[in-house]
Amino acid sequence: MSPEPDRPDPDALLAEARKAGRGRLKVFLGAAPGVGKTYAMLEEARARRTAGVEVVVALVETHGRPETAALLEGLEQLPRRELPYKGRLIAELDLDALLARRPQLALIDEFAHTNVPGSRHAKRWQDIMEVLDAGIDVVTTVNIQHVESLNDVVASITGVRVQETVPDDVLARADDIELIDLTPEALAERLKEGKVYVPDQAGLALDNFFSKGNLTALRELALRTAASRVDADVLAWMRSHGVRGPWPTQDRLLVCLSDAPTAKTLVRAARRMADRARIPWIAVTVLTPRHESLGGEARENLRAALRLAETLGGEAVQLHAESDVAAELLAYARKRNVTRLVIGRPRTAGWGVVARWFREPVFRRLIDGAGDFEVTVVTPKSEARRRKPAVAAVLARRWRAWGQAAFETAAVITIATAVAWPLWRLVPLGSLAVVYLFGVLLIGMRHGLAGALIGAVAGFLAYNFFFTRPYFTFAVEQEEAIAALLVFLVSAVFTGTLASRLKMQVESMRASQRRTETLYDFARKIASATKADDVLWAAAAHIATTLNCRSLILMPDPDGRLEQVQGHPSIEESLDPRDEMAAQWAFTRNEPAGAGTDTLPTAPWLFVPLATAKNVIGVVGVWFRDRSQTLDPETRRLLTAVEDQVAVAVERLKLTADLEASRLEAESEKLRAALLNSVSHDLRTPLVSVIGALTGLADDDGSLDPEDRRELLATALDEARRLDRFVQNLLDMTRLGYGALTLRRAPVALREIVGRARADLARPLAGHPVEVDVPRDIHVDVDPVLIGQAVINVLENAAKYAPPGTPVRIAATTNGAIVTLTIADRGPGIPPEDSERVFDLFYRVRQGDGQPAGTGLGLAIVRGLVEAHGGEVKARPGEDGRGTAIELILPAALPETDTGDFP
Amino acid sequence: MTEAVAARVLVIEDEVAIRRFLRIALPSGGFAVAEADRGRTGIELAATTAPDLVLLDLGLPDMDGKAVVAAIREWSQVPILVLSVRDAEAEKIAALDAGADDYVTKPFATGELMARLRALLRSRRAGAGDSPVLQAGRLRIDLARRVVTVAGAEVKLTRKEFDVLALLARHAGRLVTHKQLLTAVWGPAHVQDTHYLRIAIGHIRDKLGDDAGAPEFVVTEPGVGYRLAP
Repeated sequence: MSPEPDRPDPDALLAEARKAGRGRLKVFLGAAPGVGKTYAMLEEARARRTAGVEVVVALVETHGRPETAALLEGLEQLPRRELPYKGRLIAELDLDALLARRPQLALIDEFAHTNVPGSRHAKRWQDIMEVLDAGIDVVTTVNIQHVESLNDVVASITGVRVQETVPDDVLARADDIELIDLTPEALAERLKEGKVYVPDQAGLALDNFFSKGNLTALRELALRTAASRVDADVLAWMRSHGVRGPWPTQDRLLVCLSDAPTAKTLVRAARRMADRARIPWIAVTVLTPRHESLGGEARENLRAALRLAETLGGEAVQLHAESDVAAELLAYARKRNVTRLVIGRPRTAGWGVVARWFREPVFRRLIDGAGDFEVTVVTPKSEARRRKPAVAAVLARRWRAWGQAAFETAAVITIATAVAWPLWRLVPLGSLAVVYLFGVLLIGMRHGLAGALIGAVAGFLAYNFFFTRPYFTFAVEQEEAIAALLVFLVSAVFTGTLASRLKMQVESMRASQRRTETLYDFARKIASATKADDVLWAAAAHIATTLNCRSLILMPDPDGRLEQVQGHPSIEESLDPRDEMAAQWAFTRNEPAGAGTDTLPTAPWLFVPLATAKNVIGVVGVWFRDRSQTLDPETRRLLTAVEDQVAVAVERLKLTADLEASRLEAESEKLRAALLNSVSHDLRTPLVSVIGALTGLADDDGSLDPEDRRELLATALDEARRLDRFVQNLLDMTRLGYGALTLRRAPVALREIVGRARADLARPLAGHPVEVDVPRDIHVDVDPVLIGQAVINVLENAAKYAPPGTPVRIAATTNGAIVTLTIADRGPGIPPEDSERVFDLFYRVRQGDGQPAGTGLGLAIVRGLVEAHGGEVKARPGEDGRGTAIELILPAALPETDTGDFP
Repeated sequence: MTEAVAARVLVIEDEVAIRRFLRIALPSGGFAVAEADRGRTGIELAATTAPDLVLLDLGLPDMDGKAVVAAIREWSQVPILVLSVRDAEAEKIAALDAGADDYVTKPFATGELMARLRALLRSRRAGAGDSPVLQAGRLRIDLARRVVTVAGAEVKLTRKEFDVLALLARHAGRLVTHKQLLTAVWGPAHVQDTHYLRIAIGHIRDKLGDDAGAPEFVVTEPGVGYRLAP
């Protein structure tokens, strides 16, 4: 066996291929403002232009520096787009103009810039991504402190946290990163000469920022980043070219986020570790019943941390656990082949201290259970800055909750005292405590742990006040009473804790049951849906009710424009233009857009693509009453579930439609073949006789006797008439098929119709004695010509299939409303299993060779014509079981009496 | 055949094969033939040659058949026999309403065509010297005395029944449309009351001993009218 040759890694090749249609991104990376990135960028642009590249300056900030401005001269500059913001006009990159201009290379300064609200994207790097997608090369600039994962590090070095960051994975997509290096001394010099632009608002903080120590550290960071980037390039090249090397194993790093204020810091730390190890990483939060009791801000912090993880190139996952968070985490970690765990040490402040008395911290149990993992415990600093209005709102909400709890506690303790009072001389002191414990249990169930604790203390005080000597004081004189009180307090706290936990678990179970139920309900609804419309309606309703929002589903119309197809509670009358743009964006990019996302965040609606395995089929729009609700993992999970179901349903409907279409096609194909066969056979057969007989006569040199001549002529004539009838049938069939048959109904004597049919078939029927039993007074309300044709067809069949000499009987009966016309022959009969099918188009009873030619048209037309009159046609065996009897059931005509005659 | 001079038939028909066989068949029945392959030339020939009969195909390439009928009717009462296919009932009736006298459904037997042409000629000539007594097979109608006999036996008819039978008899062998019958017998106000006609015909048949299933005297042309067998 020869060793397997070194094959290029498919993933790496794919990444290369994906780059093929995109523009190339070059980033000038600097350690700090003022190192000359913009200058370098412009020099590069000039060089490229000299080389014949079409260069456009889309946006460059000169910050009033003359050397930089001088470099701009002679380069095509794109006008900026001015957007109003807080009463001022802000000049931003005109993305649409740039996309329309389509140069080969665009210069866009400040990679990390945040756009004015109302722009298409929240961040400039998103604009740049779109420009690259359009196939335009881009050159841009960024400082090291704007790199997302270094944000913490820089903040800890300089004490300044910048808000504008570029996600690492975006930076990683750059094809080239060029480091603009300047020694701290040179930079300090430039600063002194006023060559560095310092934003006014930065003020004092920036003075510290440009200290030599800081600059040195930043420079080192920048150098390290650029160096690691070189590493990555080499690695990528090796992989895509199949060069053997020490490949990283498929390890994974998992970071557990539980503490809201430190979650983001933890995410950044995890990202750096994963980056260094070059392994994929996952950020996880675990939703527990307790999670529900967290404040809105804390939940938002966790959500934001997950979003951050996604922008940093990690995977964000939300798990659910009823009680054992650690077990859930570890199970998930094992499932995902995780080797390294990153967890934060819980801060011990506030309630956390108290809570830890009662509950073993999750992280300790994680460490205990994580025997086979490499565990890193990080002690992060809280970075959550409390915003004043939010705090006030939270406090107000909390006060309301506390007030309610206090009030209920007072009520419950009063009732408990009232209940215990008459008992206190009858039962031992300890037993009275049970009454209070019961009260504490109640409060705990309603208000959770905090309520239970308040209840326990209140109960303790009341118990002490009323039932321990000295009565009506809080003083205690007996030692045993002290012991009893202590036991009471401990029991109350314990009971309350249990009750609060019970409450949480019940609530969480209810919530999960509700989710399951609605999802099940939804699945059931769409499983029974037969139209795509029903599926979409069910989806819209499900999303709206589950997320407590308004929902919309948009699908492209034939021209590719998105239009609303379903909505809950209803379709919107008109959408904001921003919404329309966001929807279109979500649809074409297969990414969420609108409210709460990075793209068009000012749009009132949030749009999420509705994608099947193959393609995006539409977008789902949601509008939250509560603006702070966004696309968190919970929402995303729900939308994904809905998408899956809808995709399956739509696929199923499509499959059904395809099946039906192919069945119809097969059917019509069969019919076409039968028609072709019938036409070629049934047109030719009579023509053979006609041509044969006539050529016989034409070639006659006088040898034919008059009898032969008559016989030949009669044959030609009979066959020509047969051909005429066949053509008539074809015409009738066509008109029946197209529904183009107009009935000219009139009351007519059935005997007349039968008489005309017999006359038309005089020759074919010559060999059969015909008995007619049609009373004169039977009238039918039909089109005499068409029903005449039907009778002709039945009679012709009888004449054709019944042996010569056998009688054909035509009889009619009526009950006043309908008339039954029976035409019976003594032929071979129709097998019972065929008695329905003989009326199918082109169906012929198979009876071996030698039977007279049939067209398979005649009876089908009989049925068509008779049914067009509201009648019915049946085939059954003859009276004594021999031969065939065809029954035509026709509407009877009312007797007419008004003669308009005055005798 | 007693006609000394062959009646001249103008055939307006675009199909060469049909014209060819008519050119052979018609003279054998005592007709002289003139041909036109277009409606317009047909109208010209009808004006210039004053034929005794016109045989007109309704499916002409250059103009609508009933327009040809109407054009000829502007200045001539020459009998017009229309050739039509079975499915073109509406067209056929329109042509009859425009002034055509009878129709033959394609494909037709030569004998049938001859009979129609002769019936048209006959009723035209009969119109000149109105004979008071009409004879059709066993049926005899005395118009002046309003007496009908079948094989010598008198048949009692109501007034309307007699009028209907008399009208059919005056045009024996020729189609008489519902409209013509209703207008003549019941008056123009009753052209839609075809049921009067159906009942009258039913009574006439009963009284004459005629069988609708194999009529001897009154033949139904479904949806169009009746004719008395010649």
